[in-house]
Parts: sequence; structure tokens; C-alpha cells
Amino acid sequence: MKFGKKILDLGLMGVLALSVLAGCGGTGGTVSTDGSTSMEKVIGALKETFESENKSISVTYNPTGSGSGITAVAEGRCDIGLSSRDLKDEEIAQGLEGTVLAYDGIAIIVNPENPVADLDVETIGRIFTGEITNWSDVGGADAEIVLIGREAGSGTRDGFESITGTKDNCKYRQELTSTGDVITTVAGNPAAVGYASLASLKDSVKTLTVGGVTPSDETIKDGSYPVQRNFVLVTKKDETLSPSAQKFFDYITSEEAAEVIKNAGAVPVK
Amino acid sequence: MSGKRRAYSIVMKLLMWLSVGLTGALVLFLVGFIFAKGLPNITWELLTESPSYLQNKIGILPDIVNTVYLVLATLIIVLPLGVGAAVYLTEYAHNGRIVSMIEYAAETLSGIPSIIYGLVGMLAFANNFGKCLLAGALTLVIMNLPTVMRTTQESLKTVPQSYREGAFGLGAGKWRVIRTVVLPGCVDGVITGCILTVGRILGESAALLFTAGFAHTLGGVVSTLFSSGCSLTVALYVYAKEQGEFEVAFAIAAVLMILTLLINLAAALVSRYFQRRRTA
Amino acid sequence: MKNRKAAFERFVYGVFLLIGLVTVGCVLLITVYLVIAGLPAIREIGLVQFLFGKVWASTAAEPSYGILPFILTSVYGTAGAIVLGVPVGFLTAVYLAKLAPKGVKSAVGTAVSLLAGIPSVVYGLVGMIVLVPAIREAFRLPDGASLFAAIIVLAVMILPSIVKVSVTALEAVPKEYEDASLSLGATPVETYFRVSVPAAKSGIAAAVVLGVGRAIGEAMAVMMVCGNVANMPSLFGSVRFLTTAVATEMSYSSGLQRQALFSIALVLFLFIMLINACLNFFLKRDKEGAK
Repeated sequence: MKFGKKILDLGLMGVLALSVLAGCGGTGGTVSTDGSTSMEKVIGALKETFESENKSISVTYNPTGSGSGITAVAEGRCDIGLSSRDLKDEEIAQGLEGTVLAYDGIAIIVNPENPVADLDVETIGRIFTGEITNWSDVGGADAEIVLIGREAGSGTRDGFESITGTKDNCKYRQELTSTGDVITTVAGNPAAVGYASLASLKDSVKTLTVGGVTPSDETIKDGSYPVQRNFVLVTKKDETLSPSAQKFFDYITSEEAAEVIKNAGAVPVK
Repeated sequence: MSGKRRAYSIVMKLLMWLSVGLTGALVLFLVGFIFAKGLPNITWELLTESPSYLQNKIGILPDIVNTVYLVLATLIIVLPLGVGAAVYLTEYAHNGRIVSMIEYAAETLSGIPSIIYGLVGMLAFANNFGKCLLAGALTLVIMNLPTVMRTTQESLKTVPQSYREGAFGLGAGKWRVIRTVVLPGCVDGVITGCILTVGRILGESAALLFTAGFAHTLGGVVSTLFSSGCSLTVALYVYAKEQGEFEVAFAIAAVLMILTLLINLAAALVSRYFQRRRTA
Repeated sequence: MKNRKAAFERFVYGVFLLIGLVTVGCVLLITVYLVIAGLPAIREIGLVQFLFGKVWASTAAEPSYGILPFILTSVYGTAGAIVLGVPVGFLTAVYLAKLAPKGVKSAVGTAVSLLAGIPSVVYGLVGMIVLVPAIREAFRLPDGASLFAAIIVLAVMILPSIVKVSVTALEAVPKEYEDASLSLGATPVETYFRVSVPAAKSGIAAAVVLGVGRAIGEAMAVMMVCGNVANMPSLFGSVRFLTTAVATEMSYSSGLQRQALFSIALVLFLFIMLINACLNFFLKRDKEGAK
């Protein structure tokens, strides 16, 4: 008897959930995007220009992270996934397709008080794996190097570690969950070094040149600045997008959008 | 009185003063710090505009509106459930085991941390019909159910038994007694429950991050409920963490503090009003 | 007519019963979802390996899922917060409930509610900007984000619940007890600490347990000050709590890593249920004591 009531009760919740299901799923005049937090500025700017030209379509963006963006596309919970790393083989095997939207430089940042101005990729690798532990070894003050990184799964971390060859070997002092946190922490500690997307840098930190190359549009586009990664749009291979989503997709990959992407701090492919 | 006893009194008094002083100083420091950093950044534009990447400006109007929607949606669902459960417990229940089961469940719910609510809300609601304000509201309903239930229950206990007996004596049915005598008597409990719920929603971030998403959507009630949107607190989190916009973050924090003050004031006024009415 | 009325009343009864059981349904819903989501990873990793493994490397080429560092950090962090927060909260409560003049009482009372109303993100923010650099300077560390910083933030955050619940318990002590003690020649302070406090001890214990629950469940504030590296806990080292382990990686996770995060949530949930059972025990004893 009592158990029956419980079931009834759960059923009630089910009905409640079902009744709202109808409303949330549809994407009539909306395009939902989901994914990388590093792409926030780029997608935000694209969304705004697109919406001002297409008043009837609204674009939503959920900054949840590359991994969950990709999962969301695979599970059909959003139209376009945003990933700041290339798709893995197993993800492509799931029927997903990646389109490179732009390139993003990963800046190596230190506190403005730090006299060090340039490091090469190899030295960066040795610093992050804990081989070099004092700033005086690379021409700085006598202070223990404090390594600030991102959390496991972050596109920025993945990009940084694979380029510097430090995968799974970094001896981080702090693993922070967002670009903002990394910048704030590096700005607050004279001995800290971290990495962050070039698109979202602030003046409160100093950007190092890598092997003598300053990260900029040109050096990233021609590949001479080594620490960079792709901003990828993720869609399902054999499913057509809704008309509004297709329109948005076509717009952001067009040459017309390149200027907007550039203004938002990333380097457009076209 | 012996010296030892006097010393004991003095030492304990000193320790108490120290503790109270420390507590007070902490509050003063936190409130002062937030206001000092936040108030100068509260501008009319910030409160009344939407954020724009193109014009490089930040406005929290969508977040304010979303917070209001979230509060309304949560209250509309949680009030009938909470009040109904309280009525059942005080007016109907005679099965001790069901009562203790419900009360234990309520206690359990109020002890569960918001991160777990966030995860379950994500699994139960957001994964089924997408991250949207409604999924967030449903999660908040579960979180606040025990609060509304408890406050209503407390105020139902103060409705004199003689009122009920009087109404029964006049031949009224049970439902009629509840509708005309019991429910009007618990208005203060319901209002207190509402105030506490609003306070909790204002402070909530972990449970909403995974369920309501964080888009700065601005629109009508219905369309917004079904799209991802963020409340003021989540906006604070996003601005501080993802974008490093501390001026905005502290401005939102200051707004939230002012709202918290107002809510505390409202709660005090409500309880004073009903106390006076009851004794009159 | 009479039958219809009776049927209607039965119907109303049924509706209220159903609403009453929603609460129970919610608890079941949460438990079922967490168990379903949390068990697969534990089964795959192995319970012992999962609970007592010392290495957490969820995205490594050869992933390792041991959550002992998180469990210990949560336990140490909570214990530290209790050690710092309870004495302050308890003494404040005694003062507020027994000694404070009316004006002071309402002023500090409001201040304490205000403390409870500050969103946890704000605690994290202030901690990150003020506390972490202060710890770095004060202890001459390379970096201030540490278990110690998290303990301080948690101690402040549990203060309001400890003060509030203790004040309620102390105020419920019958006046006659105190009067009797005072008339026997005890000073007010002696009376409060040797008569009132022991009389309210269940309520105060409940306050402590509530604080434990709050501290072990806090995620957002701690995440911004503890450094988040999956080390075995040390006071000035970078650490990761059970809650922050879930919150840090959840948004980017996939596959077994994601399932393992749900398993962590399940472990956390079990801790909370245990704490709730304790709380319930103390509250019940309190109620019976009052009768």
C-alpha cells in the first residue's frame, strides 16, 4: 500500500517532467551552442552581429567546457558544439564532425613584476614538469616558481600540455577552473606563471614571448608562434542542422564574420 | 567570592567579548569590503542594459529579470507542495510512521549540499529537457520544500484547536475547515517560508550552474523559462571567473547584499506584524 | 449526498497525502539517481582501489581514480573549520542568548543573518583576493592557496548556523534552572556555563553537526582558495576536497571520468546521510529532553 503510493508519487514527478519536455526541446527560432569557455568572447560577438541581422533567430551560448559541448552535440542537446581542442578519434567515430572556426594563441603569462620576458618551448616544458624550480635559473629573481594551470579536461590545458610535451607531467601548484581565475592568481603572485587564451587576456599580467616570437595575429596565422590551438565547431556528420542553425553556421564560417572574430581576439581561418 | 571563581568569570566574559567582537569585525569587514568595491561600480546603465560584446559593455538587466522569473517559478511550484505537506502533517496524519518518514525526508533534504542538488538536477531535469531556467527552478523546488513545509507547520501549530473544533461543531466538513480556518491561519508561516526561499535562491550558485546554464537571456516569462539563463549569483560567478570582471562581480555582490538586508528586514517586519496581530 | 461528501473528503485526504509524500519522493529520486550514476564507475574501478587509491589522474593516458586524498582533505578541512569556528560561534551564542543587552543582541543577530546571506561565491572571491595573498605573505610561502585558506573560509561560513542554532537551544533552557543556580550563590557567568550550557548540550551538539554538514558540503567558495591539486592533504599545500573534485572537472568530463565524478558525489552523499543521522539523533534527544 505504502509502496504503491511511492510509485504514484514518482509517477507524478514523471508527468511533471514530461509536461515541460515538450517546451524545452524545440529549436524553432533558436540556435543553441554549448561548449568551450575560451570561445566565449568570439561566439558572443558573432551571436550579437548575427542576431542584429536576423531578428527572428536567437542564439544561446552555454559556456560549459569543450568536453560537455561535444557530449551535448552527440546527445542532441544542442545544435552546435564549441570545442577548443580538436576532436578525438573516438569522438569522430561517434559520427561527429569538426570545422575549424579560428586559431587561438595560448599566452604564457607571468606577474608584471617578473623580469623574465622570454622563454622557449623546451624551457617552458622543463619549468612545468618541475625540472626547473627557481626563477633565477631562467634569468629571474631568486624565488620558487609557482605553476598555475587549468583543470583536467580543459581545452587550454590540453593544448598547452600537448604542445610543450608535458602531458600528465605538470607539477601544478594550483589547478584553476577558469581563465579569469588563472589571470587573477598570476596577477596576485610575483612568482607565478600560468597560461591563458590570448583572446581573453587582461593588462594585469605580462605576456612572455616564446622563443623570441610575440603572440599576434600574424605569428599565430603563419604558425611561428608555437603555442596555439584550434577553435572547432562540432556538428553531427549525417544529420542536417535546423534551418536557423545552418544559417548561423554559414554566417560564422563566412569571410564576413572574420572581422568580428578578429576583433574578439582570435585569428580567423579565412 | 574566591579569587579563582572571580578569575573564571572574568576570563569567560573576556572570551565571550572577544568572540562577539571577532564575529562583528568579520561581518563589518566583509560587508565593508564588498560595498567599497561594489557600490562605486553600480551604475544605472549596469542595472538597465544587456551585455554586449560588440560595444564591450556589461549590463545585468537580463540576470535581474531571470532571477525574478526563477523566484516566481520556484514559489509557484513549491508553495502548494510545501503548504500541502504541512497541512497533511498537522491536520490529517494519524499514521506515526508516515509522519516520521516525511519529517525524516524533509530533514535529509535540508542537509544535502547544493552541489549534489546541482548534479541530481542535471541528471533528472537538465539531461531530459535541456539546461533551462525551469530545470533550475525545479531543482530549487526540491531544495526549498523542507523550508516552506517547516515554517508552515510551525504557524499551523499556533492556530488554536478551539477554532477547528468550533467549525466542526457547526457541521463543516474537514476540507471546509481547512480552507476557511486552518489555511488563513498559516499566512505568516507561508510568508516566512517565501522570504527564506527567496533568500536561498539569491545565494545559490552550485545548484543552478549545472541546471539552468549561464546565458544572459532577456525575454518574456515563458520563452525565458525554457531557455538557458542565469541568476544574479550565477552571473557574479561567471563574470568573476570566466571573464575576470571584478568590478561587475563586486557590483553584483553589493546588489545581493542590499537585497539580503531587505529580506532580513522584511522577515523581521512580518514576524512582528503577525505577533502583534495575534496578541491583539 | 452524504456518500458523495465522504468520497470528496477522502479524495482531499488522498491529495494531501500525496503532496506530503512528495518530500519522500524527492529523497528517493536523489538517492536513486546518485546510486545509478555513481555505482558503475565504482564497479569498474573497484571499491578499494577507488576509496583508498592515493592517485587521481583522471585524464592521464593511464588514468587512475583514487579518491583518498579528497576524502582526507574533506575530513581535515571540516575538522579544522570546526576547531576554529565552533568556539567562536559557541561563545558568541552564549553571550547573545544570556548576557547581551537588547540593542547589541539585535545588532549582532542581524549581522549574523547577513553573514548567512552572503553567497558562497563572494566568500570565495574575497578569499582569493584578500586571504590567499595574505597567507602567502604571512607564512612566507611561494603560494597561499592551501588547505589552511579553505579552513578559514569554511570556519567563517559555518559561524552563522552555529550561532543561530546554539542561541535557540540556550534560550529554550527553563528559567527556573538558572534562577535556582543564581539563588544558590553562583555568579551569572558560572550559571550560564555550568547550568545553561549543559542543559542545552543536545541543541549545541546539533549546531556543531549542522556546521559539519555545511562545511563538508561547501564547494564554490572552497574551490577558489584551496588550489585544487589532487595532493594528499597538508596544511599549507594545494588540496582538493570531495566537493571541489566534482565541481572542478564536471563540466569538461567524459566517459569513465564523468562516471567517477558521480561516484565521488555518491560518497559525499553517504557522508551527508551519516551526518544527518547524527543530527537527527541529537535533535530527537533534545526534543525528548525538553518534554
